[in-house]
Amino acid sequence: MQDKVNSLLENAKKEVAALQSSRDLADLKVKYLGKTGEVTALLKGMKDIPPQMRAEFGKTVNVLKEQVTALFDERETAIKKEEMQKSFEKDAVDITLDGKKVSFGNLHPLNIVRNKVINAFVGMGFEVYEGPELELDYYCFQALNIPKDHPARDMQDTFYISDNVVLRTHTSPGQVRVMEKKKPPIKILSPGRVYRADDDASHSPMFHQIEGLVVDKGITLCDLKGILDEFVQIMFDKDTKTRLRPSYFPFTEPSVEVDVTCSECHGKGCKLCKGTGWIEILGAGIVNKKVLENCGIDSDEYSGLAFGLGIERTTMIKYGVPDIRTLFENDVRFLKQFGRK
Amino acid sequence: MKLPLSWLKDYVDVDVTPEVLEEKLFSCGFEVEETVYVGKNIDKIVVCRIEKIEKHPNADKLNVCQIDAGKWGKLQIVTSAKNISENDLVPVALDGATLANGDRIFNGELRGVKSNGMFCSGEELGITDDFYDGASVNGILILHEDYPLGEEVKKVLGIVDVVFDISVTANRPDCQCILGMAREVAAVLNKPLKMPALTYSADKNLKTTDKILVENKAVDLCPRYIGHYVADIKVEKSPKWITRRLASVGIRGINNIVDITNFVLTEIGQPMHAFDYKNIGGSHIVIRRAENGEKIVTLDKKEFTLSDKNLVICDENKPVALAGVMGGLNSEIENDTKEIVFEAAKFMRDNIRKTSRALGQRSDSSARYEKGIDAYTAQVAMDRALHLVEQLGCGRIACDRYDLPKQELKEKVIETTVSKVNRVLGIEVPAKTIQDILTRLHFGCEVKGDALKVVVPLYREDMESYQDIAEEVIREYGYSHIAPTLLKSAAITNGGLSDAQKDAENIKDFFCRCGFNEIITYSFVSEKEFDLYSISKENLVKILNPLGEEVSVMRKSLVPSMVNTMAKNINRKNAAARLFELAFVYESADKDALPVQTHRLCFGAYGEEDFFTVKGVVQEMLNEFSYQSEIVYKRSKKPYLHPTVSADVYAGGKLIGSFGALHPAIKESCDLDKKVYVGEFDYEALTATFNKKVYYEAVSKYPTIERDLAVTVDESVLCGDLIETIKKAAGKELKKAELFDIYRGDQVASGKKSMAFNLVYSSLERTLTVEEIDKSIQTVLKALKDAYGAELR
Repeated sequence: MQDKVNSLLENAKKEVAALQSSRDLADLKVKYLGKTGEVTALLKGMKDIPPQMRAEFGKTVNVLKEQVTALFDERETAIKKEEMQKSFEKDAVDITLDGKKVSFGNLHPLNIVRNKVINAFVGMGFEVYEGPELELDYYCFQALNIPKDHPARDMQDTFYISDNVVLRTHTSPGQVRVMEKKKPPIKILSPGRVYRADDDASHSPMFHQIEGLVVDKGITLCDLKGILDEFVQIMFDKDTKTRLRPSYFPFTEPSVEVDVTCSECHGKGCKLCKGTGWIEILGAGIVNKKVLENCGIDSDEYSGLAFGLGIERTTMIKYGVPDIRTLFENDVRFLKQFGRK
Repeated sequence: MKLPLSWLKDYVDVDVTPEVLEEKLFSCGFEVEETVYVGKNIDKIVVCRIEKIEKHPNADKLNVCQIDAGKWGKLQIVTSAKNISENDLVPVALDGATLANGDRIFNGELRGVKSNGMFCSGEELGITDDFYDGASVNGILILHEDYPLGEEVKKVLGIVDVVFDISVTANRPDCQCILGMAREVAAVLNKPLKMPALTYSADKNLKTTDKILVENKAVDLCPRYIGHYVADIKVEKSPKWITRRLASVGIRGINNIVDITNFVLTEIGQPMHAFDYKNIGGSHIVIRRAENGEKIVTLDKKEFTLSDKNLVICDENKPVALAGVMGGLNSEIENDTKEIVFEAAKFMRDNIRKTSRALGQRSDSSARYEKGIDAYTAQVAMDRALHLVEQLGCGRIACDRYDLPKQELKEKVIETTVSKVNRVLGIEVPAKTIQDILTRLHFGCEVKGDALKVVVPLYREDMESYQDIAEEVIREYGYSHIAPTLLKSAAITNGGLSDAQKDAENIKDFFCRCGFNEIITYSFVSEKEFDLYSISKENLVKILNPLGEEVSVMRKSLVPSMVNTMAKNINRKNAAARLFELAFVYESADKDALPVQTHRLCFGAYGEEDFFTVKGVVQEMLNEFSYQSEIVYKRSKKPYLHPTVSADVYAGGKLIGSFGALHPAIKESCDLDKKVYVGEFDYEALTATFNKKVYYEAVSKYPTIERDLAVTVDESVLCGDLIETIKKAAGKELKKAELFDIYRGDQVASGKKSMAFNLVYSSLERTLTVEEIDKSIQTVLKALKDAYGAELR
């Protein structure tokens, strides 16, 4: 009996050692340990063993079973390791080849910039209001202190729909619409499309602005400078500085042009800033008290600041786009350049 | 506005360099757009005497001249000039010289004879007769004074100046003249202003009111009209100091009278006009609206037919000037003019602009009036013109004048406080400094404690409130004093995007994640596109003054712009693109009301696309955002879509959008050689299915029962219709019905297809019985058969 067990174990050792693949191993495992396998057969032979020897026999066969199982386990681990090793070589890839393109789209660069501006001001407590693009003459001009005979109307070539309805020439009407409905404190941004009869490398008949307005008690020019400083550092980079210089808009008084240090040369002077070190990015000022009064806000109690930013201009400066028309061609090769940067 | 430094210096002692002046002007609100250094280029052009002129040995048209160039020695010059003689003094460009236009001159050889320079014309020195007599002749400039030989011509003739081109903001029409800018320069440099002389002596026996009657019948359009008579006029050339000044701002000299009006316009900023007295019929000047159909021929010999919207200056029976725009040819100053009437008036800017636009007639005068003229300046200008008449000795001045309507100009007084001004600025400018600044700018200024009383000069019609004073103060005090603060007295506000604004950003982000790039296209399109895409032209919003037909109407659909964008990309050989745009479309509403603008969401794709890649995006979008469970796709009837490869999308029974292949006819008309897919959603209807409150839905504890069902139907039957029928027939326990396979081939007849559906039943209340499911399936099969002739397979 013991011989039989020994020879079985020897055979198993030999055969297991000769195994090369996990498939063969599985077959061989069935041959020994399966339902009809040789070890199982031994156990089935138990009934032919005299009862007093059965305990001994059982123990022997169980030991054998454990030994054979161990043999297989050991060999299986080794084979798997080998096979995995082989598969590594087989599966090896040229890791220097390009990856498969994951095709995400992105926002139009004008809206990337628009959202950057909005994010910068939302953090300062601004809400966003989008007014109508087709606007009444009253909101586009008169309420903003630009009466019919005002020379500032010449500054803006207006598209007319009727005597009374225009394509808005700026986002400033948003100021009036908000102030008519809401009492201070007001902090809003009014982004959107605007239209002027102009078409060349630096003008498009349709373009985008963002108007900003703060109305509260004790708003000053220093506040204007403060929030714009904050904004340009978020928009461009931490070192960007602003410069205010006198200008004129009918709806602000005092009015200023705001220049930033050139993003290319950081103020040293280059082609982009025409050697001045500064780039004009927006117009701003303290809200003209007549505009507050037109909207029913007491100008003795409240004051306001307003600014208007051209999104095209900011985009062109930020990304170095030389011709405004490129922005409206919508060539996918252009559109894809702005990713999630 | 052109500001020559030489002229400016008549009124202000400018002791800084032009560069420093430019910076100072910039800091107080006057940007210098261009600075021209007159004569800067001219170099090594010197005074020489021609000693001998001989024929060139080898060329008929050339002469060889020997010249004396003073310290530069004796030189030989070959020339083709005809207007020179021996002993003439002429400008000579020596070897290495530079002309006014930057061209260089070097020694050379002409037909074998050495030439050591070039004789110069006035043009080569950048000057005309207005600057120096003889400078405009076609030939060499012959100098007619005895200048030292060898001396630089630019020095002896004084061809040295700096001309600033200044951008003046619309609120400062008073600075559209040399005097106005001189006031600003004097203030910013803190120097006294020397006013131009305004005095003249009049003939006590000569009265304007004896010679002529002036009536102002349109005071609303002409708030001030001054007329002044001058006798014994001698029309002649102006002296050089006048024409040189005019030349420096680019105005040609005509004759002394016209030159005086141009001089005053440039210097004082007031357009003036001179009428020939003898041509004023009835010795009667009337300022009135033109009669409809009345005609005038202006100085430049153009005829205009007028209307009652135009203001005219008339004599007894006819217009003699188009007010503020141009004088009439019939009253022009001529060489034999003996008596004149000078006009200095304030006309309303709006009326002048409208007349100028309507007639297409512009002049320096109308340009100036459009910017706005104050009533005060008219009298200064008239005094100045009469002073110049006296100075030039060209007329005898009447001792009175018309000044209509009678009025007393009062200086505006602004009473405010120092603290109010500083509250605008946010800094504390000392009261003394404020007073200094305002005084420098010629304001009257009294400070008593905090009280600030400011008397505004009559020419500053822009000044209205303490805000304007704050601006005056800070532009002189310097914006560099403004120290940043972060809304230190403002209330804290929450800020942020509204839910609707966030939805828009999320939808855009969804499309980006699906590989779509956002485009931005013009809101205005060509009307032709409405025909091509069969878009109704009802309620079209048209632009009255478009830049062209291509951009003349506001769009009612984003689809044409999307297709055009794809076409452009295809033409540029971009192999594939997925694009979207979220923008407004426009429709007119009731008369006088604002047109209505509504959002549309449009997307387009070509390249590796088919109907189902596009539908996949639509379904995924609705899955992600919409809480509307009842989404139904039906064949689309949109005329711009392919009739059998497109779908309308219904949510809760409402059409919210359409998508599919572009109609082949449009594809052909746009010359597209690729399959193009496009879709458009009514954005408001789409988002109406968002943001619904989400309610809990009970989950069944009882087992679900699934059945698969395959039926054969005609090829034309739509899956969606079958599912709808199944859902209706199966009863409320059916929870889901989905297609899982379509089979076409040997096992089914040709023209037929087999569609296999998976049906899931469950109940919240009980375990369903096999019998009731079997019954439901029978009902379903019957309904399918009745409606679509479907047979169980």
